[in-house]
Amino acid sequence: MNHYEVLAPELVLLGLAFALVTLELLFPQLRKDLVAYLTAASAIGVLVASAFFANRSDSFKDLIQLDNYTTFFRILFLGTAALLAIASAHLVRDKLSNAGEYYGLLLLGVIGATYMAAASELLTAYIALELLNFTLYVLVSFDRKDPRSGEAGLKYILLSAFASALLLFGISFIFGVTGTTSYAGIRHALEAGIGEYRGTLVVGLVLLLTGLGFKVAAVPFHMWTPDAYEGAPLPVTAYISIVAKAAGFALFLRLFSQAFMPVISDWRWMVALLAALTMVFGNLIALQQVNIKRLLAYSSISQVGYMLIAIAALSHDSATALLLHLGGYAITNLAAFIAIIAFYNATGGEEIRDFRGLAERHAGLAMTLTIALFSLAGMPLFAGFMTKFILFQAAAQHGLLWLSAFGVVTSMISLYYYLMVIRQMYVLKPRDGDGRLRVPLLTSAVLVVLALGIFFVGIWPTPLFRAAASATRLLF
Amino acid sequence: MLTIAIFLPTLAALVIALTPRSRPDLPRAIALVFSLVVLALAAIMFVSLDRGFQGFQFTNHVTWVRTSLGGFSFQYYVGLDGISAALVLLTAFLNVVAVLVSWGIALRPKEYFIWLLVIESGVLGVFSSLDLLLFFLFWEVELVPMYLLISIWGSGRKEYSATKFVLYTVAGSSFMIVGILALGFTAHTFEIPEIMRNGVREAAIPLGFIFFALFSGFAVKLPMFPLHTWLPDAHTDAPTAVSVILAGALLKMGGYGIIRLCVGLLPQTAHDWGLAITLLGAIGVVYGALVTLRQTDLKRLIAYSSVSHMGFVLIGVGALGQLGLTGATVQMVTHGLVTGMLFVMVGLVYERTHTRQIPELGGLARQMPWIAAAFVVAGVASLGLPMLAGFVGEVVVFLGAFSKYAATTIVAVSGVVLAAGYILWMLQRVFFGPPKEQWAHLGDARHWSEWLAMGAMTASIVAVGIYPQWIIDAIDHGVVPIASRLG
Repeated sequence: MNHYEVLAPELVLLGLAFALVTLELLFPQLRKDLVAYLTAASAIGVLVASAFFANRSDSFKDLIQLDNYTTFFRILFLGTAALLAIASAHLVRDKLSNAGEYYGLLLLGVIGATYMAAASELLTAYIALELLNFTLYVLVSFDRKDPRSGEAGLKYILLSAFASALLLFGISFIFGVTGTTSYAGIRHALEAGIGEYRGTLVVGLVLLLTGLGFKVAAVPFHMWTPDAYEGAPLPVTAYISIVAKAAGFALFLRLFSQAFMPVISDWRWMVALLAALTMVFGNLIALQQVNIKRLLAYSSISQVGYMLIAIAALSHDSATALLLHLGGYAITNLAAFIAIIAFYNATGGEEIRDFRGLAERHAGLAMTLTIALFSLAGMPLFAGFMTKFILFQAAAQHGLLWLSAFGVVTSMISLYYYLMVIRQMYVLKPRDGDGRLRVPLLTSAVLVVLALGIFFVGIWPTPLFRAAASATRLLF
Repeated sequence: MLTIAIFLPTLAALVIALTPRSRPDLPRAIALVFSLVVLALAAIMFVSLDRGFQGFQFTNHVTWVRTSLGGFSFQYYVGLDGISAALVLLTAFLNVVAVLVSWGIALRPKEYFIWLLVIESGVLGVFSSLDLLLFFLFWEVELVPMYLLISIWGSGRKEYSATKFVLYTVAGSSFMIVGILALGFTAHTFEIPEIMRNGVREAAIPLGFIFFALFSGFAVKLPMFPLHTWLPDAHTDAPTAVSVILAGALLKMGGYGIIRLCVGLLPQTAHDWGLAITLLGAIGVVYGALVTLRQTDLKRLIAYSSVSHMGFVLIGVGALGQLGLTGATVQMVTHGLVTGMLFVMVGLVYERTHTRQIPELGGLARQMPWIAAAFVVAGVASLGLPMLAGFVGEVVVFLGAFSKYAATTIVAVSGVVLAAGYILWMLQRVFFGPPKEQWAHLGDARHWSEWLAMGAMTASIVAVGIYPQWIIDAIDHGVVPIASRLG
């Protein structure tokens, strides 16, 4: 049996992606926002269909693993893509060309991201990673009229290609030591003992961590992030910060828990160090940002620091906490970015000072953005507090209290820069001539749902926690 | 009943959020009704607290989030003992007063009352939480509303002050949460009664570190010298009602935290640090009083006198005996009433004169005899005149501390002398002396809300001053179990 049905959701998605591109070729007069809604509808369709894979465990030639872990991330990515497609509708119609390709690439990226979570073999994981990266290269430089977009794309390609090379180099070391690229095989080889090759293994791990560190933007490998975030069209920024980041961690988590668990003492300190550096520098540099996209770039870097804690404290507890945190992070960031997109569509501003007096110009938008920022800062009752808290306590339970303490202190620092945005919106008066803003009905509805979602996860995370726990059970 | 009392203000905030913009008079009425109900509930609980039964009462215990791994879970666990019942009553009372003195708020009244009520929920929650995580959760609630209240409705350098407040508080609470996590993992539970029963034994993390982390969080809030510098700014620039809540209820969270967590859960470590706490308290008393003498802004003057008065709380705690702890708690309650009233009075004066600079004022007793009279009552209560509230707390603290640290206590008593100096001097300069031409047109208290706020505060100060036993009785109920573990 070849179990081709394991590949079904992604094959359907691939077909839909091409269909969207063709659709625009065939009917160039088609309204561009209609394409966005079609994309959202197809993503949601596949999402609902893939929910039927829940609690099924299967694999395709030991390359692609289907289990609850894969399903969890598939649903996360598809949901994000659907909402971002809706959020892109007006922006793409008004400011960008080639809408069909844009939405096609959006779906194509989801395939890469899902396979990053599903891969159980190093080269498959690498190819999935590259698939996602290639769609991102194009998407980042999609705004042809804005030179920043092209610049960001170029920087991203160069650094990312460099990281890919390191990653491949690392993979070759691992292969050299263990003689296999499958996660289970690596684990067997490591459990059997590798004797004199331990030094080679550590070099391979360092290279692997460097490559992955680049992809998820951990300090000191984060340099591409602020530029890419700032140059990319806003929905693409959101896409990178949610889908690409979560996919990076999906790969990270499955690889390290399924393959490298036996040698945890060799890499734990490296990850812990990365986490500490990332939290400290991400938060400190964020303090001085004036552009909202760059601010969110650094804020997302600091979030990576918190997520790395979970990898350093690798266990079923912390893996569950990581998935929970990723879920809450996705909802929160979606709310923040969609609010900012709505603001950008209405005013064209993306500096923090442009948000002056937003509370009086559009109370709902200001409220949603505030909720999202508080959640990112980890204020109680919001998703960010609960998920971060469970993450920190999981780490503390597994002997990394010092790292949790780092996390707590730095996330308190982060409150300051989020508060400065809120200050602009609530404390300061609007500039003269700034009138009330209009936000499309559908966007408002999406924002309300996301804001409620933030509270839901913040107050009663049990359902999401159960899902995360069942998703990670098979990893250990 | 306790849960209802905690969340009623939040419910009120939601109701206010639903009122139409065209009815700006509705929010304050709703806020008043709801805070009166909360006060009634708090009073009922205070009275019906069973003094004979040791332990927490009115408890609600629900497992809120169960993470199924490692036995860790979030609990919703609240309850009252004498200490918390007294502070809950104080908070509920001050909130009614705060609503009354905000009656004339015209700028964005809807948001104003929402934030005021949200703070009340948070503070009530802090005083009644029996789970460390829940405690922290409630602790953080006041932060953002406070920032907005000061920076939108404040005066002067309001944004600077609000930001300073946030930075200090956040720095403090980041230490605190680390302490809470460490304590919880050392004790394998986050439930306060459980930890009190079993005690915490030495573990991977030195207990001194946990104590220090928790203490720094509370010391910022109290505020303890030398972490007090946010307080004068925040007080001076906050609107009247917010100053009342800040001085009356929020500072008490710091003292409460020290008594409940630092002393209650880590008695052994507290023993080692008793002298240091007392010394810091004494420095705070004297330093605060000296700085107060030099102030020319009415609000700043009262703010610094708060620093001085909260020093007494630390002295009482540092004595680590039943009498000292009772004294510290009584001092918190009376300081809440007295300083709350002083801020109310300053607010009334400021509304009329639009200045708080003492040199510009003078002879106001002629135009506003009733306000002057009430101000004098609050003032002499603050300097510790017998038969009024301020006296009770200070005397009990001194009695508790003298047997242990005689020299320090004597130094601290000089703070009372200085207090007489700055209060009487201030009263003399503001209300007596030659009347000034520019204030001739001013009138006395007129609106019923002003009368009610003034009257209620005066009555409470006199009631505590003449017969303090009703409040000491309750507080003893909470202090005895804590003191018994100090050995």
